[in-house]
Amino acid sequence: MHEWALAEAILTSAKQIAEKEHITTVTEVTIRVGELQQVEPPILRFALSQIKQGIFSKSKFRILKAKSTLKCRVCNTTWRYNTKKVDKAISEAIHFVPEVAHTYIKCPKCGSPDFEIVTGRGVWLEDLKGVK
Amino acid sequence: MIDPRTSVIGERLSKISRIIAVSSGKGGVGKSIIATTLALSLAKYGCKVGLFDLDFTSPSTHVILGAQNLQPTEEKGLIPPTIHGLEYMSLIYFVGDNPAPLRGADISNALIELLAVTQWGALDFLVIDMPPGIGDAILDLVRLIGRIEFLIVTTPSLLAFETVKKQVALLYDQKMHIIGVVENMKQDRKQGVESETGNLGLKFLGEIPFDSHIETAIGNTSQLLETEVGKKIIQIVKANILSEKKKA
Repeated sequence: MHEWALAEAILTSAKQIAEKEHITTVTEVTIRVGELQQVEPPILRFALSQIKQGIFSKSKFRILKAKSTLKCRVCNTTWRYNTKKVDKAISEAIHFVPEVAHTYIKCPKCGSPDFEIVTGRGVWLEDLKGVK
Repeated sequence: MIDPRTSVIGERLSKISRIIAVSSGKGGVGKSIIATTLALSLAKYGCKVGLFDLDFTSPSTHVILGAQNLQPTEEKGLIPPTIHGLEYMSLIYFVGDNPAPLRGADISNALIELLAVTQWGALDFLVIDMPPGIGDAILDLVRLIGRIEFLIVTTPSLLAFETVKKQVALLYDQKMHIIGVVENMKQDRKQGVESETGNLGLKFLGEIPFDSHIETAIGNTSQLLETEVGKKIIQIVKANILSEKKKA
């Protein structure tokens, strides 16, 4: 599963932060997943549980969602990406590389593919709690 | 909030001995054909090779390879499919024949995403077909993959070489290793960039005569290696790239 690679990136990044802050046991990792990439929290949580070890062995993972906000650079229209209205193959392509949204999604007002992904793109490490 | 993806890129590339970016100052100098031919030539010598088309907005290596109906396998990330002995990654798996109108920040994000999730095997070489110029892609690669090497393609045109000078200045400034310069589409033996290349302190890898039949080899990799481009790249691989293999 593709989420495994993202989970590994999250733990690698979290470990770097923990080491920098002299945290010996990470108790909680907060992750924010963007609506555009459609990463399923249960799948990501499963991947994290499979690869966690060492300082993460007792970690809990909070996975929060971020709504997608797209803003047209041509007419300034702001809208939310609706996964239910998108073909499954397209949805999967955006899941792997969210930027290909520019190939498939157009501004609902003017039809331009030139929009900014303001929020809800992909996976972010939001917070880390632990014991020093 | 922290983007975790960049932290894992080094690990993803850790089983690759050498990473060669084929770049140019201008478009239309034959960079994609040379990048593809370079990858195929290295594979011909028994090396394990990957080819990554980083020209996201104008990808063409899939056409040169004659790649059709390929998709990566989802297994702890994305495993590139193999075609003509090359592990091959391209944005075309996700956009098909449709345009990908990406701005700079989008190019960076797509590049980071693919570097973070692509599970390359153990490779002797990863060849990257770069977009022309000194924009986001080259800056990101320099930032994210410090050990990348550059092979620069130009034509005899002073206009093309003028842009090469800027690219070389940037790469020197960033302390990047430049393997050398290939002069493609040579028509007039009196006009060329060999001496200018030397003036830049760079190795002139060779000149490739203009080959009016190259178009007929597009999509046929065996034929491609028999063209003037193919023959010359094989020579360059033997004389300049394989000989450096153990230095990496």
